[in-house]
Amino acid sequence: MPGSSDPGFDTLALHAGAAPDPSTGARAVPIHLSTSFVFENSEHAASLFNMERSGHVYSRISNPTNAVFEERVAALEGGAGAIATASGQAALHLAISTIAGAGSHIVASTALYGGSHNLLSYTLARFGITTTFVKPADIDGWRAAIQPNTRLLFGETLGNPGLDVLDIPTIAAIAHDASLPLLVDSTFTTPWLMKPFEHGADLIFHSATKFLSGHGTVIGGVLVDSGAFDWQASGRFPELSQPYGGFHGMVFSDESTVGAFLLRARREGLRDFGACMSPHTAWLILQGIETLPLRMARHVENTRKVVAFLAAHAMVAGVGYPELESHTSHALARKLLPRGCGSVFSFDLKGSRRQGQAFIEALKIFSHLANVGDCRSLVIHPASTTHFRMDDAALVAAGITPGTIRLSIGLEDPDDLIDDLKRAFKVAERAA
Amino acid sequence: MNWTVDGHEAYAYSGGKVFDPALPCVVFVHGALHDHSVWTLLARWFAHHGHAVLAVDLPGHSQSAGPPRASVESTADWLLALLDAAGVQQAAVVGHSMGSLIALETAARAPERVTRLVMMATAYPMKVSDALMGTAREAPLQAIEMVNVFSLSSTAAKPSYPGPGMWLHGSNRALMRRTQALAQARLGINLFEHDFGVCDRYANGLQAAAAVRCPVTLLLGGRDQMTTPKNTREIAAALKAEVVTLAAGHSLMAEAPDGVLGALRGALA
Repeated sequence: MPGSSDPGFDTLALHAGAAPDPSTGARAVPIHLSTSFVFENSEHAASLFNMERSGHVYSRISNPTNAVFEERVAALEGGAGAIATASGQAALHLAISTIAGAGSHIVASTALYGGSHNLLSYTLARFGITTTFVKPADIDGWRAAIQPNTRLLFGETLGNPGLDVLDIPTIAAIAHDASLPLLVDSTFTTPWLMKPFEHGADLIFHSATKFLSGHGTVIGGVLVDSGAFDWQASGRFPELSQPYGGFHGMVFSDESTVGAFLLRARREGLRDFGACMSPHTAWLILQGIETLPLRMARHVENTRKVVAFLAAHAMVAGVGYPELESHTSHALARKLLPRGCGSVFSFDLKGSRRQGQAFIEALKIFSHLANVGDCRSLVIHPASTTHFRMDDAALVAAGITPGTIRLSIGLEDPDDLIDDLKRAFKVAERAA
Repeated sequence: MNWTVDGHEAYAYSGGKVFDPALPCVVFVHGALHDHSVWTLLARWFAHHGHAVLAVDLPGHSQSAGPPRASVESTADWLLALLDAAGVQQAAVVGHSMGSLIALETAARAPERVTRLVMMATAYPMKVSDALMGTAREAPLQAIEMVNVFSLSSTAAKPSYPGPGMWLHGSNRALMRRTQALAQARLGINLFEHDFGVCDRYANGLQAAAAVRCPVTLLLGGRDQMTTPKNTREIAAALKAEVVTLAAGHSLMAEAPDGVLGALRGALA
């Protein structure tokens, strides 16, 4: 390997974790659609089960194709390793369930994907894990919300749907002062736009369904560990620093100084909860990651043109994109997201709810559906869809109004996207 | 497990089993800026196959307290003191990189106590370039990046270490950064500069080799850019060592865990 530093991002996006298959010479990553892997003999089997050797046993726990995907995302994020999961929600659940249990507490941003908000507000509460929500910019609020039983601070790099930029350096410092890790959902930014570990985050997860895959084909997630957080020194995580009865008394922080979290997550969370990724899904996401740098650049370029169009339109009350000086996170975006603020954003349409519906239904290139990060442009009305479970107060806290429309800008010709929006505005105007 | 050596707490990982000094003992000695966790798979295998295992954290590294010893020779003395504390009379000693020099010196200083010597990813002399030493002194995090890249020969070593899904470049960098930061915080020292200085200054290799009485194996990485195999010929001859070369870089245990296990099973049989 030439040079005195790691290969660059674009090279890692194509090569990290993969080499020509030694048994066949296949250059592309093979899809290992096999539930299980043959042992050489009884001793080999026992040593794999007892973590005396590295290797694959059963595809719920690990799989060669998934491992390429895991290594590649870890490489792009600058992490120590990763675990592929069935979805982004599965990755979030795996992160939390590895280090929290009944009686634990989480401090989370109010600006979250509706599904994450639901998981924290209702589902985890049913299992004894409570959450205090804090506005992402309320720095004192983050600090004040930490309790003796807090195990995790959590936010999104770009909060859904208002794109509040999480002040990762400051919130990570607050977390670390309390010997706690910071988990971030980096779905909207991908490592091409921001590497949260470089700003102090300890754990990252993605809904790989979105930009990492990039083609709207598969559901998947991935959880990445920086390897930097000292679970043992913290004293708050007996799951990692004390013997685990579920694996012969293993003390994960002794087994691996930098991989303790991932070891437990894989050997408990994947094993017992079972929210694993299909190797076919991993392969499809790998195809997406190979062009991630090219796609993200185009996503941002197109988005800037659409944002400029919307910001100047008479029927638009406001555009929530952090590159605009009017956005409350503008200064943070300039600091943390110099390459751009992604391609998912919201704007507020002037007019009635009926006009909003007419606008969305008039769009021809934008597809009305519940997803983001597709190569195709997408549109949705958050108040009636992704965030419909939230009450009015929670909607206000998340920055959502009845007129809010969320766009995910794809890779089409930007002039065609703007023409589509112009046509929809005219239809909405007539619907007044 | 923890013992007290020279008034400081000394940690050694025992491979997931309770340490039993009555069993044949294998001691693993890590290299610069590393700790016991580079030996996890091997330690577990030997601990579960009839051996007592001590994968040590050298002084000032991770879970072992106290300042790091100033030389290979004094670190070997520390290792022998740890064996005393653990009640071990004889042991096979396996060392990686800087740890290989410590293992050699241990075998030379107490030849009656070392039954096998395995020097992995070794070279003698283990000189460090002025450029790297300078970077280590002035910008240790940058030096860590350099050493990390030189230590790994591939961006796709399978099946990864200690298990699938680990990105070796990231995990090795994280380990070195953490060990460096801990030593800085606890002891106020630049451990990178210290460890590489210890390697660079060691000049007793050939004399030590003459004192070694046990069978010796050199386990080398054919793609090693840190301690290239060509720099082992003189010490290999002096030790009358068996030389085994694997298709891997400097981080042998991470890049070729099965190959290393096979070679060690042969060397320690």
